[in-house]
Formats: sequence, C-alpha cells, structure tokens
Amino acid sequence: MSTTAISPQPVPFGRRVKRFMADRPLIPLIILLVILVVILQVLRPGIVNERWIANTIKFAIPLAILAGCQTMTMLTGGIDLSIGTVATMSAFIMATQIVNQDPAVAFALAMMPAVLIGLVNGIGVGVFRVHPLIMTLGTSLIGTGCLQVYQRTVIASGARIPDFLAWLGTGLTYGIPNALLLFVPLAALIVFTLSRTGFGRLLYAVGDNERATRLSGVQYWQVITALYVISSVLAGITGLLYIGLIKAPSLSLAEPLVLPSVAAAVIGGTSIFGGRGGYTGTIIGALILTVLTTLLTILQMPEGARRILFGLIVLFVTAAYLRIVEER
Amino acid sequence: MSHFLRRQGWVAGLFVLFVLLFITTKLIQPAYGSGDFGSLVRAVLPYAFAVAAQTVVVIAGGIDLSVAAMMALTSVTAASMMSGASEEYALFVVPFVLAMGFVLGAINGMLIVVTRVPDIVVTLATLFVLQGAALLVLNAPGGAAAEWLKALISGTVPIPGLPDGIDAWQPKALLLLIVCLCIIWIPLRRSRLGLSIYAIGSSELAAFRSGVPVARTRIIAYALSGLFAAFGGLALTMSTGIGAPIPGPYLLASVAAVVLGGVALGGGKGGLLGPIVAVFVLRLVRTDLTLLAIDPNVTAIIEGAIMVAVVMFGAFITMRSRQS
Repeated sequence: MSTTAISPQPVPFGRRVKRFMADRPLIPLIILLVILVVILQVLRPGIVNERWIANTIKFAIPLAILAGCQTMTMLTGGIDLSIGTVATMSAFIMATQIVNQDPAVAFALAMMPAVLIGLVNGIGVGVFRVHPLIMTLGTSLIGTGCLQVYQRTVIASGARIPDFLAWLGTGLTYGIPNALLLFVPLAALIVFTLSRTGFGRLLYAVGDNERATRLSGVQYWQVITALYVISSVLAGITGLLYIGLIKAPSLSLAEPLVLPSVAAAVIGGTSIFGGRGGYTGTIIGALILTVLTTLLTILQMPEGARRILFGLIVLFVTAAYLRIVEER
Repeated sequence: MSHFLRRQGWVAGLFVLFVLLFITTKLIQPAYGSGDFGSLVRAVLPYAFAVAAQTVVVIAGGIDLSVAAMMALTSVTAASMMSGASEEYALFVVPFVLAMGFVLGAINGMLIVVTRVPDIVVTLATLFVLQGAALLVLNAPGGAAAEWLKALISGTVPIPGLPDGIDAWQPKALLLLIVCLCIIWIPLRRSRLGLSIYAIGSSELAAFRSGVPVARTRIIAYALSGLFAAFGGLALTMSTGIGAPIPGPYLLASVAAVVLGGVALGGGKGGLLGPIVAVFVLRLVRTDLTLLAIDPNVTAIIEGAIMVAVVMFGAFITMRSRQS
C-alpha cells in the first residue's frame, strides 16, 4: 500500500474503486441491494413504500436468522442442513401443544427437539468427526420421521397459532415489524459473539486451521458441540417466529428456507471452507435474496424460469463478489 | 488374499451385510422370491445411477448437489420427447438425453473451474436452474416412454443351459445396471483419466505439481456425473413410464450411499462397487421394514438412524486406524 502512496502516477479510478470495495466488502452488497430495489421501483412504480419495506423485512428475518446458523457453522468449515427440520419441528410442536398446554410448557416442548438435534449434530461432528454435511442431513432425516410419527398422535387435537407468535411474526407497531424486537437483539448478540468474545474467535480459529487450534490447547469437541447446539436453538426460535408469519403449520414449513440460507451466507461473503466471513454480510445477503424473490414474482414468469434466474443470480453474485474481495 | 481383503474390507463387509439382510428377509417372509428381487432391483435402479453420479464427483474431491435435479430434467426431457412419438424415435431420444446430461455436467464443472466458487455453492445454484428447466419442460408429471424401453427393465434374462429357477433370479434391470456402469467405469478406472480423478481428489496441489491437468479432469468428472444422472433420469422414465419435474429423494440417498460405500467425502478414496452395494443394502432394509409391517414414518427414522450410526462408526474406525 505504501508504494502506491509515493508513486508519482495516480492510481486509475477503476482500480481505486475496486480496492475500496475490497477493503469494505459490505459496500458492493449494499449497492447490489439498492440496485435491485431500484429495478423493482422502475418495473412497478410505486411498489416501494412503507408497507412493502415492512413486508420485505418480515420475510427476510427468518431467512436471516437461519443464515446466521449457517454463517456460524460455515466459519468452522461446517454446514448445518438440519435447521429446516429443526425449525419445522419446533413450529409444529408449538402449534399443536399450545392447544391444551400452558404456553411455557409448550415452548419447552417445542425447543426440546432443537436442543437434542443440536447435541447429536455436535457430538457427531465434534467427537466422531463425521462430515457435517452428512451428519446434519442424517439428523434432519430422523427429525422429519419423528415429526411424521408425532403428527399422527395430535391429528385429533388440531393446531392453533399462539396470539403472541402471530403478533411477533406479522404485527406492525408504527409501521415497524414487531419481529425486529426479536431480530435486532439477536443479530447484535451474534455479531458481538463473533467479533468480541473468545467463543467467536475460537470459531474463526477452528475454521482457519483446526490442527493449530487443537495444538494450542482448544478442546475442539466442546467448541463444536456448543456451536451446533446454538445453531439448532436459533433454528428452533426461527421456527416459532416463522409459524407466526406463515400461520399454517405443515410438515415442510421451513424446509424451503434451507438452501437459500446457505446462499445468503455465501453471498454475504462467508467462506464455505471456514475462517472468513461475518454476520453483517449475511443479513444483507438475506435481504438481497428476499428482494430478488419479490422481483422475480412480480415479473410474472413461470415458476420454472423464476428458479432458473434465482440459481443464475446466486451463482453470478457469489462469483462477482469473490472476484472483488480476492483482488486485495 | 489378505491384501485383497484389507483393500476391499469395507465392500466385503457391506456384501456380507447384504447377504445377512437377504437371509433375514427370507426368514421374515418365506414367500420372498425372485419376483420380489426383480422389483427390488427395479426400485434400486434410479438410486444406483444417482449414487454412481455422486461417487465420481466425490472421488474427485467435490460434491454434486444437483444430481436429483439433473435426473428430473433428463427424465422429463425424455418423457416429453417420447410422448406421441414412434418407437423408433426413442432410439434417437436416448443418446440425446445422455449427451444432454454429459454436457450439463460439464457446464457444472466449467462453472466451478472458471468462477472459482466452491463446488457446493455452484451445484446448489445449478440445482435451482435444472429444477426450473425441468418445470419449463413439463409443468406436471406426464409424457410417455417407448414400449421397448419399458421392456428393457422388466422381466428376466434367460441364459440357455441354466434351469428356470436360476434364470428367474436374473432380472433384466440388474443386467442393465451392471452393463451401463461397467461400460463407463472399468475403462475409466484403468485409464490415465481415472488415475487423474483419484489424484485431484487425494491432493489437488500434489496432482497439479505432478502435471495432472486439474481443471480438465474436474470438468470431466462432473460431466461423467451428469452422464450417470442422465442414466438415472432415463431409468426413472423407464420404470414409471412418465417424467416428473419434481426431484425425488435421490440427493440425500446418493450422499448417504456414497459414505456407506466407503468413499471418503474428502475425495481420492473408494470405488464404485461399495456405494452400489450400499444402495442395495439401504433399499433392502426398507423392504424388510415394510415386510415387518412397520409404519413407513418409523421406517424413515430407522433409515436415518442407521445412516448416522454407520457413518459415525466408519469415522470412528478411521480415527482409530490413524492413531495406531
């Protein structure tokens, strides 16, 4: 850097812009988000108003929390594909148990499978060294099976969405979604944990060089187990929020969010190989994906074309982003 | 012999497991006969091709999340091309669909090489693209399959000179599976290209330094995966007679069987035989559970538990052997 400062020739403008963006990887993401919103406004003038923004945020929040699980596990070089099942389970159990249980009991029951699956994931990955992809796919398979068996037992009692969750999921206060009450502290906590606490540093360290981390005395399995339990609990909470938003309990409620959550984390600049990334980028990634979905919906394309575009854009954005960041 | 056993220990173990399961099946349902075996093989066929597609890529050190979507796309393409067309036209459809799978797979590989985005993300993106394309080809399950294609996997292969009792145990589908896999896999394994695939999976840097064309090998590995997936799509169309645009559970099953089959997810280790035997084991477990009249939902739990337990056990074994 110092050599460019004393060089007589001015650095070309394009180069400077590139370097600026590489130093602040969030800037290109925000620019992309703004561009998408502008395109939306051009295509359908007047669509971008307060109501639309509140709606977008409401739908982006569950995705952003799930992508947070993905970000944290990806920092250690892992991935958590069981979050969709965990979120679905907690949502479904909550909706069916609230019918004839105390809310607190129903909440405890709803979070139980989340903790359990997280624990199994963590032990499998941390102690037995199973590949996280396989481990979490396996537990999600088991979870789905359990949920189907469970569904039989509650068919008679029916389901109800607790008022509080509906308020949290869909309600607005002065035009601001109530879900932000949950999300803002949660996001702040995740960002704080990742950048300022020992646990966060350990996640980066494990992902960067696991061997070195272990040789310097870190109990690898404890870190990993704690991580997967946290990820699962977050997914469980997301499930509760999401049921308040969607208001229709089903056995595949949060399943469609799994792959986009991976995409949101990757677009947000978290390396899938571990050691690099952060949560702020992921939040913007989730917003980008949500706006993109709206954009593709109002273009009134057939479902097939929409999926094709979604895939292509995710790929393009990731590739372009890697190009920019790797320039430094 | 001991050397062979040590190298093929995992596969041999799987094979023993398969035989034990088969005996169990016979004990549960004494009437389980050659006809049921034939339908087992027909059910396995698309899974086996999905697993083969995943195996090639995993050996090369990657992963392909788009396998199931690729199968859906090739299946609907074949079904919609054959619907209302003559029997002879299918002779053209089959190579066309296989070539399509190969090319789409190669595009997967090129995207990974050119964009330098992690393979898991690229194939995730192509999963959406292929799914979308499948929906554009056929909006709902439909289409048709040529009669001779359907006949290709039903019935048995009579070998002259053998009693009927043995002939009955040789379903055509099994023969088709073995022929299709061997035609591609055996020459590949013996060629320089096959060696390169193992080399880049084992250590990309070492392979690069020893002069292996890493980029080209990776593209070919994905192209072969696409080819196998196209076989799988055709097998789907052959066994159902239609094409369905929504991908089946083949992605999960393929990854599970690859791991069960002793192929390391890091790449560079294992063969094709293990995963194929593993997929038979997994399907037979499902048959047994159905025969025991267990709730199909419980079956899903048991299958998942078996998968997790076996993978944990395998990881534990590798850990122990590395320590000693």
